[in-house]
Amino acid sequence: MISYQIKESPTVYDAIVVGSGAGGGMAGYVLAHAGLKVLMLEAGPFFDPAKDTLQLRWPWESPRRGASTIRPFGDFDAAYGGWELDGEPYTRAAGTEFEWFRARMLGGRTNHWGRISLRMGPDDFKPTDGVTTEWPITYEEVKPYYDRVDRMVGIYGTVEGIRNEPDGIFLKPPKPRLNELYIKRGAEKAGVPVIAGRGSVLTEALPGVEGRGTCFYCGQCGRACRVYGDFSSSSCLVMPAMKTGNLTVIDNAMVREVLTDDEGRATGVSYVDTQNLQEHTVRGKLVVLGASACESARLMLNSRSSAHPGGIGNSSGLVGRYLHDSTGASAGGFLPQLLDRKRYNEDGVGSVHIYSPWWGDNQKLGFPRGYHIEYGGGMRMPSYGFTDWVPAVNHLVPTQDGQQREQGGYGASLKTDYRRFYGASVGMAGRGTALARHDNYCEIDPTRVDKYGIPVLRFHYKWATEEVAQAKHMQETFREILHEMGAIVTSAMPGPETSYGLEAPGKIIHEGGTTRMGDDPRTSVLNKWGQAHDCQNLFVVDAGPFVQQGDKNLTWTILALSMRSADYMLDQRSKLNI
Amino acid sequence: MNRRDSIKALGLAAAGGALLLDSCGPKTNTKKEAAAGGEKLPGVTDAEHERNGRLSEEQFFTEHELATLTVLADIIIPADGISGSASDAGVPVFIEFMVKDIPAYQTPMRGGLKWLDVQSQQRYSNVFARCEEKQQLQLVDEIAYPAKAKPEMGPGVAFFSLMRNLTASGFFTSEIGVKDIGYVGNRPGVWDGVPQDVLDAHGFTTGWG
Repeated sequence: MISYQIKESPTVYDAIVVGSGAGGGMAGYVLAHAGLKVLMLEAGPFFDPAKDTLQLRWPWESPRRGASTIRPFGDFDAAYGGWELDGEPYTRAAGTEFEWFRARMLGGRTNHWGRISLRMGPDDFKPTDGVTTEWPITYEEVKPYYDRVDRMVGIYGTVEGIRNEPDGIFLKPPKPRLNELYIKRGAEKAGVPVIAGRGSVLTEALPGVEGRGTCFYCGQCGRACRVYGDFSSSSCLVMPAMKTGNLTVIDNAMVREVLTDDEGRATGVSYVDTQNLQEHTVRGKLVVLGASACESARLMLNSRSSAHPGGIGNSSGLVGRYLHDSTGASAGGFLPQLLDRKRYNEDGVGSVHIYSPWWGDNQKLGFPRGYHIEYGGGMRMPSYGFTDWVPAVNHLVPTQDGQQREQGGYGASLKTDYRRFYGASVGMAGRGTALARHDNYCEIDPTRVDKYGIPVLRFHYKWATEEVAQAKHMQETFREILHEMGAIVTSAMPGPETSYGLEAPGKIIHEGGTTRMGDDPRTSVLNKWGQAHDCQNLFVVDAGPFVQQGDKNLTWTILALSMRSADYMLDQRSKLNI
Repeated sequence: MNRRDSIKALGLAAAGGALLLDSCGPKTNTKKEAAAGGEKLPGVTDAEHERNGRLSEEQFFTEHELATLTVLADIIIPADGISGSASDAGVPVFIEFMVKDIPAYQTPMRGGLKWLDVQSQQRYSNVFARCEEKQQLQLVDEIAYPAKAKPEMGPGVAFFSLMRNLTASGFFTSEIGVKDIGYVGNRPGVWDGVPQDVLDAHGFTTGWG
């Protein structure tokens, strides 16, 4: 029987962390290991990859054979969530678009991410293009934290010495698959560099780290790893922090607002138990938001008080502003050289084996910054829809005995084609810098609430000429690479009517920028430590503080910056400043 | 923990579950359960499991529609020297599930089957499933090749493409089909790059190209 009164916890925690993904997990880990009593609130259920994974299941163990009807990345993907959640809507202003992916579970979106772990470089923190905004910190200031993350979590890669693609402390990388060797050869002919991937998978034991297994090459990091062989916030940060005895996790706790006293200092948070709808308040000396860029912004905007009439930490009016995802576009084809290929296990690791770091010279291009390319293909585990492309392209090459045939078909010859084309496909996708713009933002929708009665977000986001020009450049590059590797291109060249195949904002799930950091409280929400200018004991540790992303996937930088913020919290506590 | 310990840990974890780590291939007893909703796997949410079970209990296709669908599926993927047919692999049950899982398929599938029967009745005075094999193939020939099909066969071409994709999806994700297509992963192992004989055959000198 639930009480209709709000339950107030008598405990005053040293810190309350909202969210258990990369940002929240790292802050919780550092603070708990330093001896602070930490409460972590997670909106979804507890999740332990060792017990709750769908790793090593076969396609027929799903009645829909892994189709994406329920989970956007298929039945076996670890993420509980998607771009649409029952009872948790969001809206978009007319004529704009944004897709908001949320994973409601311990570890958040680190449960299914690609484990691609790239550092932002010196030119990402201090851009030289004259268009994009600089950060209040340099690569040199963040580098020690990247180094610590490498040692603590583990990452494979190769030392390359590329200026804006800084090297880390690497484990040995997995070798390329056969299609990736063709890609490498073709891309290099097209003037595009290809280097070993950089992924947070333990290809060998990580010195000093206990309780995590080494990768056994099933290629299924996205399903969650039973031996903790990859980085998930749950296995690498939250559960180790719980073992200190200093971190308490309350799951199924959806935070409603940050509570403040008359002076505007944060005193704790209120949350609703999503299972029985009981309302709770908990008190803490520090409040650390790691709920995800948009969810943390929503929470701040919903935390209004006389001291913070526009929402906590929002005297600048910039909470929710400068929202930016990565750009994304893709193309694909197949390699006639790989028809009827020899079968062997090439599952490899679940992150990338190779990628192309940005190589271009912006002086000659119609857009600032750039993108990197990720590659796919190979003899992957069969799943729903994986053969659909075959009858659409089987007429493009002669049959085994040299005959021409019609597109489509059926029967014994089609059955042979399915075998013949298996593992011959290649795909490539660009991930690039989208500009952080004041006019792309989220705000509270004045009329809508979710099923818990919490006002929801309304998004305003439009791509501009720079992002479209980048997508066009991607498409042209992809075709050069496919041509040079001897592939037959099967995706049509998209034109300006589709912005050259540029994905809708939010689709790449790299959104950040909503609580940007900076030295000037009028033009930023947080200082360079992730601390709110307007509220000394409120911090944000997700991708909200990002001033401007590079083309680098964000997770490694979220981890490094959250660790840096947590160190600062400890320092300020010891000086009695917070 | 080194790789050997990882694999040992996996073995322990597998003891209580349905994982088949050390066998050379898939076992047979999970298929029916999964198709029928079956036991709830760890990691599947209660809501997902409840939905799977509910969909499995509902019936969309009539007996006649299922019979027609089975004939068509086996025309698309017949048994051959390597493996069984689409119906041997349970494809009709799979398609029955998918049209409930993705309701947007219901009208194209039901309407397509009806279109096929009407065509068949006009030509051969019989519904498709009761025609002789020669007649069935004659009709299928007119809708199986999009580039050379007559414009008036358009609805049949669209239906056949959907049916072909569902059939191949269902077949090659079944135990029979996974074995047929030669996927040999989904088990613990070591990846040390492309095997040397394959590198040689494709003109690469080392595992890094």
